[in-house]
Amino acid sequence: MAHATLTRNDAAASGRKPARRPTGRRHRGEDLTKLLFVLPAILAMVALFGYPVVKNLLMSLQDYSLRTFFTGEAPWVGLKNYTTVVKDQLFSQAMTNTALFTIGSIAFQFAIGLALALFFHKKFPLSGVLRSLLLLPWLLPLIVSSATWRSILEQDSGILNRTLAGLHLINEPVPWLNSPSVALIVVIGVNIWIGIPFNVTLLYSGLSEIPDELYEAGQLDGATGWRAFWYITWPNLRAVASVLLMLGVVYTIKVLDIILGLTGGGPANATQTLATQSYERSFVDFKFGEGAALSNILIAISLAFAVLYLRGTRRAADE
Amino acid sequence: MISKRMTAALAGATTLSLVLAACGGNGGSSSTSSGDSVKSLSILDYYNNDPDKALVQKGLDSCATKLGITIQRETVPGDTLIQKVLQQASSKTLPDVLMLDNPDVQQIAATGALAPLNDLGVSADGFAKGIVDATSYDGKLYGLAPVVNTIALFYNTQMLADAGVQPPKTWDELKAAAKKLTQPGRYGIAFNANATYEGAWQFLPAMWTNGGDETDLNTPQVSEALQLWVDLVQSGSASKSVINWTQGDAKDQFVAGKAAMMVNGPWQIPALQKSPNVKWDVVQFPVNKAGQTPTAPLGGEAWTVPLNKDQAKQQKAADFVKCLTSDENEMAWAKARFTVPTRTALLDQYVKEVPSMKAFTEQVVNARARTGKLGDKWPEAAKVIYQAIALALTGKSSAQDAFKQAAGG
Repeated sequence: MAHATLTRNDAAASGRKPARRPTGRRHRGEDLTKLLFVLPAILAMVALFGYPVVKNLLMSLQDYSLRTFFTGEAPWVGLKNYTTVVKDQLFSQAMTNTALFTIGSIAFQFAIGLALALFFHKKFPLSGVLRSLLLLPWLLPLIVSSATWRSILEQDSGILNRTLAGLHLINEPVPWLNSPSVALIVVIGVNIWIGIPFNVTLLYSGLSEIPDELYEAGQLDGATGWRAFWYITWPNLRAVASVLLMLGVVYTIKVLDIILGLTGGGPANATQTLATQSYERSFVDFKFGEGAALSNILIAISLAFAVLYLRGTRRAADE
Repeated sequence: MISKRMTAALAGATTLSLVLAACGGNGGSSSTSSGDSVKSLSILDYYNNDPDKALVQKGLDSCATKLGITIQRETVPGDTLIQKVLQQASSKTLPDVLMLDNPDVQQIAATGALAPLNDLGVSADGFAKGIVDATSYDGKLYGLAPVVNTIALFYNTQMLADAGVQPPKTWDELKAAAKKLTQPGRYGIAFNANATYEGAWQFLPAMWTNGGDETDLNTPQVSEALQLWVDLVQSGSASKSVINWTQGDAKDQFVAGKAAMMVNGPWQIPALQKSPNVKWDVVQFPVNKAGQTPTAPLGGEAWTVPLNKDQAKQQKAADFVKCLTSDENEMAWAKARFTVPTRTALLDQYVKEVPSMKAFTEQVVNARARTGKLGDKWPEAAKVIYQAIALALTGKSSAQDAFKQAAGG
């Protein structure tokens, strides 16, 4: 978003830019003062992010079990935890599910979010009210959403199957959460529902930043409808979209509460992801070392996307 | 925070004075005299909801009065107890008396956190064998359970009478009855087969009664038991949702009249009593073939004593646990909370006073502890069991192959 405003204001701001540039040498004392201002932030970062990350890394190299809490002993085991979790029969399924869950969620959240943002960008009565209603899924605690969806999707008495049966659309109740082949799709669907408001909000604000003059000028050149979207809207939204997709990956890849609330990873492990596996190993099996190893694999995947994103935006900024 | 530090400091000071006392005088009498110096005990348990919370408090208070001490009790939600215990263990702030769910006792004992009760003058003579197995580890006793529970078959007397069905005694009768009792909007039977330890626990009556054993899950006896679950679900006598249900869900279905029978425990009785229009009774879980003994898992909580450097306090805590399992206390708790006393000598009297607990009391006599054979390895077997149930009930595996597949073979 920042990048979008930057390019837009570039022409106007370029005249002022040199004046903002630092002038001459700075005092050492001045440097120290600056450092002191940043210090609390650095300390907070180290304490709140650095420590857990390092601790998690160390834990994944240790045999960290129930016993550790009582004796304080956690023998070093090298990479054994990593080989154990990777060799596990569920690992490849959890990887596939994580990929399907992440890609499926993000693709539809984004597409539906964009469509709704474009829709609400048109001025019409009550659009403001509807837009705020749309935020509801996002405002609900995830555990409430998943519990509600669970009761909606219940096979025998859930409202969805009853409605469908009432409309004569189905003869037999659909096993939304009880069939291994359906459950993952349903869980992804619920996660899409939860993620749409976030996408709409960001894309809507991205749309509002595009100056009307661009469309007016485009209209003169015959760019209306789809062409206007393709040549004006989309290029101007790209910065917002890339932030959104990047955040989407980082948010979605670690989703835990929705899956636990809806299916607990079942039926028959059909909805196990790396995140649910990591949780299970740590807090059900009490194999904290293996849980840490799995969550480090998750962090590494997130980091890879973050690096890709940073490189992408740097290139865009350099252009 | 501060109070914790104070407690630690005080505990340290007490230890120091004890050491000095031990150095100065004869060790023999010091333990009894310092025992009187213990004025209070801290207690942690998970009975955090009434009526259980208040009923347990009554029992604790009576023992506190008897021992002339005060108690500081903390209660946490059931699913957070172990996490709380781990936190306290790493900060060395475990309570003086700790309640644990019986299948967890051996795992915690294996970490070396608990004091062996035999050394503190507590024995389990006269207790039902199954529960003593659960609270012993490596031949030593680490906890005592005043009362236990188990699961059996509840049935709606009205529905069975209307359908002309007798309470089932064998699996064939169970399947036939469930089928006959199934109507639009109502299933014959409800149980819990979800992929958690709770799902494994509900499967054990079928598995154990049929001679199945957790030390070898790849036997015909075990897969026959799983086939029973599969048959009930695939014939439509039980909902496909059983793979997501908890025992609470099964109870809700039963209370709402959407299930004619259910596998459940006596802790649901207070809830059932709140809906007096549902008439029910209980029988032991049916057997596969005539001649088999209904064998169900033992549930219930044990009271343990975490290791404490303060010998006097540890002794007092052990005395407290001993008091909790006195005849009088066991009977009071059993009657108030619909549980079964663990001292077998009390059982006849108990059934006389609480007839609705007859089936459960009979079932307890032959019941087994989940950790009786595998000890702290039980959670791994339980995981294979509940995953096999999920594989078979979703049709991803046959009942014969499910256990092999769940074990990763």
